Amino acid sequence: MIAEAGLAALWLAFSLALLQFGLAVASNRLGDLKTLVAPVAVAQGVLTLLSFALLIWLFLRTDTSVQLVAANSHSAKPFIYRFSGAWGNHEGSMLLWVTVLSAAGALLALVERRLPERSLRATLGAQALLALGFFGFLLIASNPFTRLDPAPLQGQGLNPLLQDPGLAFHPPTLYLGYVGLSVAFSLAVGALVTREVGPAMARAMRPWVLGAWVLLTIGIVAGSYWAYYELGWGGWWFWDPVENASLMPWLAATALLHSINVLAARGSLRAWTVMLAVVAFSMSMIGTFLVRSGILTSVHSFAVDPTRGSFILGLLIFYTGGALLLFALRIASVREGARFEIVSREGALVANNLILSVILGTVFVGTLYPVAVEAVSGEKISVGPPYFNATTGPLVLILAAVLFIGPLLRWRRDSRPNLRRIAGPVVVTILAFALTFIDPEMNLLPRLGLAFAAGLAAASFLPLAGRDLRRTPLTIWGMVISHLGIAVAMTGAAADASLTRETLAAARIGEVLTVGPWKVRFNGVDPVAGPNWTAIEGHLVATRGSTAIRLDPQSRYFSSPPTETNEAAITTRLDGQLYTVIGKRQGDRWQLRLWWKPMVTFIWLGGALIALGGLLALIGRLRRERGRPLPLAEART
Amino acid sequence: MTLAPKHQRLVLVLLAVAALIGAVMLAMWGLSDRAAYFRTPQDVAAGRAEVGVPLRLGGMVEKGSIQRMPDGVSVAFVLTDGVGQVPVRFTGIVPDLFKENSGAIAEGQLGRDGTFVADNILAKHDERYMPPQMGNQAAELMTRETAK
Repeated sequence: MIAEAGLAALWLAFSLALLQFGLAVASNRLGDLKTLVAPVAVAQGVLTLLSFALLIWLFLRTDTSVQLVAANSHSAKPFIYRFSGAWGNHEGSMLLWVTVLSAAGALLALVERRLPERSLRATLGAQALLALGFFGFLLIASNPFTRLDPAPLQGQGLNPLLQDPGLAFHPPTLYLGYVGLSVAFSLAVGALVTREVGPAMARAMRPWVLGAWVLLTIGIVAGSYWAYYELGWGGWWFWDPVENASLMPWLAATALLHSINVLAARGSLRAWTVMLAVVAFSMSMIGTFLVRSGILTSVHSFAVDPTRGSFILGLLIFYTGGALLLFALRIASVREGARFEIVSREGALVANNLILSVILGTVFVGTLYPVAVEAVSGEKISVGPPYFNATTGPLVLILAAVLFIGPLLRWRRDSRPNLRRIAGPVVVTILAFALTFIDPEMNLLPRLGLAFAAGLAAASFLPLAGRDLRRTPLTIWGMVISHLGIAVAMTGAAADASLTRETLAAARIGEVLTVGPWKVRFNGVDPVAGPNWTAIEGHLVATRGSTAIRLDPQSRYFSSPPTETNEAAITTRLDGQLYTVIGKRQGDRWQLRLWWKPMVTFIWLGGALIALGGLLALIGRLRRERGRPLPLAEART
Repeated sequence: MTLAPKHQRLVLVLLAVAALIGAVMLAMWGLSDRAAYFRTPQDVAAGRAEVGVPLRLGGMVEKGSIQRMPDGVSVAFVLTDGVGQVPVRFTGIVPDLFKENSGAIAEGQLGRDGTFVADNILAKHDERYMPPQMGNQAAELMTRETAK
């Protein structure tokens, strides 16, 4: 009965979303009934949560009479993977998506008090319309509660590659981020409908965008680290379409985050901000479409299913197209924002937005180009790292240069920017560039990357200069830490691209290999067993100077379904990571791959700093704006 | 300089348009020589694959074709799509899911001697995953194998 209850809850939520949309559209003629929009949104959210909770329960019980559970779970699996198995598949992950969408709408209805009521109702109407499409998708094309008769005795299990604690919580984090942007989208649509595009909208939108952006950042960084240690490839970004699918909304959200600040603080960039809110969520939907449709060659694609692909494509066209049409019709009536000069904080933020948009554009073109080419000429191509590195690399450097000076400029106009303040970071940049010539082999791009990163790290602290650090608002700390994070991550990326040393060999027991500054002795192998796998474990001892470290990489074999995975053994030092993988047996020799990756941890450390900065800014905003209603005059603009 | 509000909006719109055009031009420049073309063994057999440029070659690993080289870290095998057959050489640890009668994509360059030298091998990531370009071929091939 659990599955039937879950399905019923889903249908009920669907009906409530329909009601919510109807009420919002007709609210002007409804009198007191219009106050029902918010409670209906809350009820819809609760029912969807219930439906998702029931699906999780089915997975925890391994109820194989449900097709989805039978296909994706196994009672012998550790508890946490029976739990995460609920969203480690197409139907479950789409239910998670809708759940987050509905819950976000409910939360908005509960907490938002600063928007004009009319705008809030229109926003909840837009959120209901979004939910309707995805409910329809689930109920028509991807019902997670379908029964299987006769029920098999045992399920098929979860792909072992997905059996990793990091991965269990990676998709929900990303989805929270993706779908958090749906609120920004709905707020933009609501503001366009009621012609209330202004600082009030921006302030209502800001915490959602900040929250979504923090979660997206964490999701991307965690996914990157997962790929790095779990796949045993030693790489951290592959420009795979599915990775791009998460990067594109992140780029749009980053631009949005900066333009919202201009709109909230200064009233400028109204049309641009609304546009970015529409683009950011559209990128989330494009991401979902790319992952779910299987139209692109990706190592992550779940299923090749044209019906599902075209359904999501239909939703994408309807929502994005509808929002853009509304934008075109209403934008002329959006009030002018406050003026500013080109050399000003606003000007720098516009530059930041333009560069981010160009990066987004090149990633977008590169990701979708194969689809377009195949549609036009039938020729099958794929675009890979050479393209993405060549186009985005230089743009990131330009962005870093804008980051030097932007935070130092004043709002509105800065006719004589204090150039002396950036002299320090510029000197640091030049010195760092000179230093890179210690390694004559390095390419120009990593050299410049390291130099700009050093300069940016120095420049990012300048906004704190002359302030009382204990009284500095959290939002300023957030900006400083995020910008520092960009510098740290750039350092890691440039170091990984230019300083990594690799040794690949088939080694006999007792053999000693060299990689970078390390001597690695191969001491043999042992069979080991886990809860649902067996493995060959290699024993390595790495020495550098007086330190000796044991490393035990494994090559694992899972029986259900039959799969092999590599568990890299990694040791983290202050100056980098030693990364070891054991491969196949070749007679009396074993394949070993050793990498010495100086400063590689900076990539994820930087990512963590970026997310931490966003979190601090979010806390700062919520604290500052709590219980402080906008003056009426401002709320009307 | 302070611009009139109308002009300021115009400047912003022009900048945005310029950025968009810039992005597309940059992308086109990048794609003109860096898009790795996806080829099938059939294409190679018909001479439709360039020699010495980065390519992706996708197919099924032919049964019985995997040979380990004496150095212990190199492997040679044949990628096929039922029509063409291309010998591939690769130095490194092959992905875990790389096996006979299974889909794989080799990234690298086609040499003059007709051997594809791969610097990367991608095997399927999910047990249900199959590159769309290969979906049909693989299905046909499997039907044929079963019919035998």
